[in-house]
Amino acid sequence: MSSPTTTKTEPFVGRRIRRQEDPRLITGTATYVDDIKKPGMLYFAVLRSPYPAAKIKSIDASKALELPGVRAVYTGKDAASVGPVPCAGSMPTLRVPHHTILATDRVYYVGHPVAAAVASDRYIAQDAVARIEVDYEPLDEVAADPEAALGKDSPRVHPEYPDNVAFTYHQEGGDVEKAFAEADVTVSQRFVVPRLAPSPMETRGVVAEYDEGAKELTIYSSTQIPHLLKTQLALQLNMPEHHVRVIAPEVGGGFGSKCNVWAEEALAGLIAMQVKKPVKWIETRRESIMVVAHGRGHITHVELAAKNDGTLLGMKLNIIQDIGGHHQLLTPIIPTLAVLMLPGLYKFRSFTADLTGVFTNRAPTDLYRGAGRPEATYVIERIVDIMADKLGMDPAELRRKNFPAPGDFPFQSATGLTYDSGDYAKVMDLALERVGYQNFLDEQRQARQDGRLLGIGLSTYGEICAFGPSPATPAGGWESATIHVEATGKVSIMTGISPHGQGEETAFSQMAADRFGIAMDDVVVIHGDTAKVHYGIGTFGSRGIAIGGTAVHLAMEDVVNKGIRFAAHLMEAEPEEVTFENGVFSGPGGKTTTFQEVALEAHLCRKLPPGTEPGLSATRFYEPANFAFPFGAHIVIAEVDRETGEIKLLRYVAIDDIGNVINPLLVDGQLHGGIAQGLGPALLEEVVYSEDGQMLTGTFMDYAIPKAKHMPWIESDRTVTPAPGNPLGAKGVGEAGTIGSLPAIVNAVVDALSPLGIQHIDIPMTPQRVWKAIQERSQA
Amino acid sequence: MIPAQFDYAAPESLGDALTLLAGKPDSKILAGGQSLIPILKLRLAEPAQLIDLGSILELHFIAETGGVIRIGAMTTHNQVETSELLREKCPLLAETAANIGDVQVRNRGTIGGSVVHADPAADYPAALLALEAKVRLVSRPPLPKSWETAGTVAGTALGQIVKGAKALWEEIEAKEPDPKRRQELKDWRVLPNKERVLRYADFLGDPDEMGTALGPSEILTEIHVPIEDDGAGVVYKTMVQPASGYAIVGVAVRLSVKGGKIASARVALTGVAAKPYRAAAVESALLGQAPSAELFSQAAQRAAEGVEALSDLHASAEYRAHLAGVQARRALEEAAARAK
Amino acid sequence: MQKTIQVNVNGREYERTVEPRLLLVHFLREDLGLTGTHIGCESSVCGACTVLLEGRAVKSCTVLAVQANGKKIETIEGLARNGDLHAVQEGFWNEHGLQCGFCTPGMILSVCQLLADNPSPTKDEIRHGIEGNLCRCTGYQHIVNAVEAAAKAKAGGA
Repeated sequence: MSSPTTTKTEPFVGRRIRRQEDPRLITGTATYVDDIKKPGMLYFAVLRSPYPAAKIKSIDASKALELPGVRAVYTGKDAASVGPVPCAGSMPTLRVPHHTILATDRVYYVGHPVAAAVASDRYIAQDAVARIEVDYEPLDEVAADPEAALGKDSPRVHPEYPDNVAFTYHQEGGDVEKAFAEADVTVSQRFVVPRLAPSPMETRGVVAEYDEGAKELTIYSSTQIPHLLKTQLALQLNMPEHHVRVIAPEVGGGFGSKCNVWAEEALAGLIAMQVKKPVKWIETRRESIMVVAHGRGHITHVELAAKNDGTLLGMKLNIIQDIGGHHQLLTPIIPTLAVLMLPGLYKFRSFTADLTGVFTNRAPTDLYRGAGRPEATYVIERIVDIMADKLGMDPAELRRKNFPAPGDFPFQSATGLTYDSGDYAKVMDLALERVGYQNFLDEQRQARQDGRLLGIGLSTYGEICAFGPSPATPAGGWESATIHVEATGKVSIMTGISPHGQGEETAFSQMAADRFGIAMDDVVVIHGDTAKVHYGIGTFGSRGIAIGGTAVHLAMEDVVNKGIRFAAHLMEAEPEEVTFENGVFSGPGGKTTTFQEVALEAHLCRKLPPGTEPGLSATRFYEPANFAFPFGAHIVIAEVDRETGEIKLLRYVAIDDIGNVINPLLVDGQLHGGIAQGLGPALLEEVVYSEDGQMLTGTFMDYAIPKAKHMPWIESDRTVTPAPGNPLGAKGVGEAGTIGSLPAIVNAVVDALSPLGIQHIDIPMTPQRVWKAIQERSQA
Repeated sequence: MIPAQFDYAAPESLGDALTLLAGKPDSKILAGGQSLIPILKLRLAEPAQLIDLGSILELHFIAETGGVIRIGAMTTHNQVETSELLREKCPLLAETAANIGDVQVRNRGTIGGSVVHADPAADYPAALLALEAKVRLVSRPPLPKSWETAGTVAGTALGQIVKGAKALWEEIEAKEPDPKRRQELKDWRVLPNKERVLRYADFLGDPDEMGTALGPSEILTEIHVPIEDDGAGVVYKTMVQPASGYAIVGVAVRLSVKGGKIASARVALTGVAAKPYRAAAVESALLGQAPSAELFSQAAQRAAEGVEALSDLHASAEYRAHLAGVQARRALEEAAARAK
Repeated sequence: MQKTIQVNVNGREYERTVEPRLLLVHFLREDLGLTGTHIGCESSVCGACTVLLEGRAVKSCTVLAVQANGKKIETIEGLARNGDLHAVQEGFWNEHGLQCGFCTPGMILSVCQLLADNPSPTKDEIRHGIEGNLCRCTGYQHIVNAVEAAAKAKAGGA
């Protein structure tokens, strides 16, 4: 249950306050991109390759153009003036194939955009697409599997890169050979995190409008990064950047999939400028599952070395990242994040990882909620459990033995990251206490005697978030905030983040209402429009509060300080003599003036303090010195149906430490949703390609995202270790659930199956896969 | 995900619908649309015309006559699920309907549409086989040869004119200058509808052949379910594909026990094979035996005997066959517990 | 070929001429401008397009506009009366039953039917009742809370 927003009996920050965003969303009055209608607007639909690998011999659009209502057909030739779809990767070995917005002579994956038909409505556009005739020469051999694609005789995705290698990346620390030489025990395992379709409920969509008089191109896009998109669109379309405006209207979820620069965005801009009409493109769900960069696609071979007493010594990794046919914006960067986080929460120093990105005839991969960290956490938390099993140690004890102590922070990990703060044993112990670990072990012993397959799984995770220090991010990691106090004392906050469900309109209103002593309804949070918010990076990487919120905090302090100068001048006092609390400036001799009065005076400037400019507003940028490192422990109790392989999750306990919390209601929501997106790949989700490169899971009839009945009740709580790196003490929560849940669920199921001698089971752990594992064991 | 163009007619009587279908054989019958509309949107079918049965009141009913429950083809899954009559006298069908898809699909989807669509993973077939249901199929005799083309034209015209088919045909007939053709049409017009009642099992047709027994000019109008008062326990048990909600395996069991022996046993499976089927081997292993866990276990192992199990992304043939046995055993145990 | 249809949407009568292939969801959004009903999957799975047709929840991406001829439709825009939110809308707001909001209108309408059929559902019944609505943001837990809160509010108000 949430608290009221109007009556202020205590600070808003820290309370479960219902959202400012919701009234428009629950009444159907919010404006998503498909709700935008412009006079004379046209629509386009995209024709996509049915082949994973083919040459395009010719394209005949005449039958499409004959159709009444069809205005134009665009092919790769027509879009030749548009610059390539950008990739921000910069490692020295990186190969970036030329990535045109429409295919020219070759297609690299099923769904590769080939042509677009522009028509007066979306029905006719669809009819027109069906009439475009493409003469393909399908290639017999297809590099459909990332491991096979690295083979000597594999077909080439890009003829210019004969080994299909997109890049290689190596990282090491300590002395891994020595660690393995000194080890009493080593374990190894291959882990696959399959491709996942991010599947926000709103698919992608763009409206483009060109104002010929002003020479201004406006792109409405369902994006997480309007400012970055603006720059990239200007480059792609060869436009002066100040003539491009990007608006992210209401955005129906992103999960990283809209933190990208997509071919269709530039294509919409091109069409709007050339056809001289506003134009709309709305992606279908089939397109979304087919081509929106899949998350994961990550194969790891890991070896872990330990002493008999459980001291972990070192880790060796060989990682293959399925790139797909092209890079998208951050494609090669994501698996390097996985490498950085692979040591998990453990103290061992010796580490070596070899990562190879491989081109395949599949859709591009890129970031998806967690972006590398779920892959890393899955590998480390699974292999630690396998080690515990081999050592005959309690998995919690093994972890505890290898955690850095609270006094060890800031702690440098084996990959050189500086974990800012932590008390890992504390979250784990709280989780164990909540689940009733010792009682459960008794219950489990009894259940096993009864022939039941009952298991418990623990995952402790850490994550790198609050992205991030600019030198360590591909396109700037700072954030901006402008606070403008209107003459009437109402407050507008312009933030450079671009929330799309996270609730920062509420969180920032809470902060501003507290700081300025006003009602939350006196604050409006403006975002997602490059003409209204002049600088920004966007919303991704669990950065909204920690980075965007800190910028707001800094701007609020500037406003208060400036207000103090105005107030002091009004009171004929020195600024040092004036304080500000609960909306009231207090000066010497009991003089007071309100926030609203000062706002008006700052606007009217009847008495302008010397050296002070008019207006009560401030713009601040925040550049973080380090990332933040939230952590937590998730515990799952699962039971497996021995006959059918079905899995039932009986308990889910999540203890997370994300630093200070502004609104616990929003935090719980982020956590629940994140857990659902870890449960998905654990039990249900996988983008499947056939051996010949066709996608077999092209709709929600085959690609299973969790339904309400699949989710267990989540029992959650928090410990609070404030982030030392930012004044809010906030770390980030957007991805925590996704990172913590996957290994916890898998560990629980493997524990349930362990009496049968099963040490690992691949994800998603579908009933069929579980049954097969049981079968193989019982036949062995 | 937008259908290709088609014409549309919403006749208000079965007779009109049949006439339209006879006049334009490349039409498709639209019932609740929960299977057909997705197919149209994928452009896997591009019919010239849809004949919507939604306005035909005579196809919306659930009634009991002479020991038989008759269910109109346009009865929705939700109506089947919540029908007091069915819950009391044919709980298996109500229980099965409650398992279909989700609430929105059950509100719109119809039993007739589902039966005709004959998806191998649909839920109803197992229950209908276990209940030894029948289906009523109605058609018009084919148009006279000389009128086939004209009939198409008339069929199209009918879609645009809100008027009964009878009146339209009379009008066309009256305008026909050729007396021979006029007479032929008149003769055809007064011919009675053809109708046949098939066992549902026969409607499904040969397991090795595609499609059902439904003829191109036929409309399925009713499902008949006999009321049997033998205290049988009934169960529908299913394991679903998590994305689509369709059955990977669905087992319907109807089991009656008399004097400590199994007096009748009907076990039907859907989702396992290309067509739903009765598991004859299971049934014969049960008949006349005293119900026991061991008996059910042994009999259920034969649930996929002689059947070529389907294999797809979600379940291999081997797994399906295995699940058929497991679910059949569980269904038998529950049905026995429910039998009076 | 065009068809003229009459529908009553949120208590208002409309007459429009449409192509038979026009989906009800596009009719509501494009022809009537009621954009609160969303399109999430087009394959009758996600339920974002759920509206009430003759009081029953249906997926408007899998209904033709012509099939709604002569019928009564309720969409999210029609739920609040005289500026007062419906109990289900209040429940979703108070319990944070939404994040990005895209699935929310359809979800709310499904819940309206759920509570009409079953005024005090258990958690399991709620999860079963919203099986036809996908949400990618919330993990459903706050939605379950929202439905319970709405049920309680409705019972209290009755």
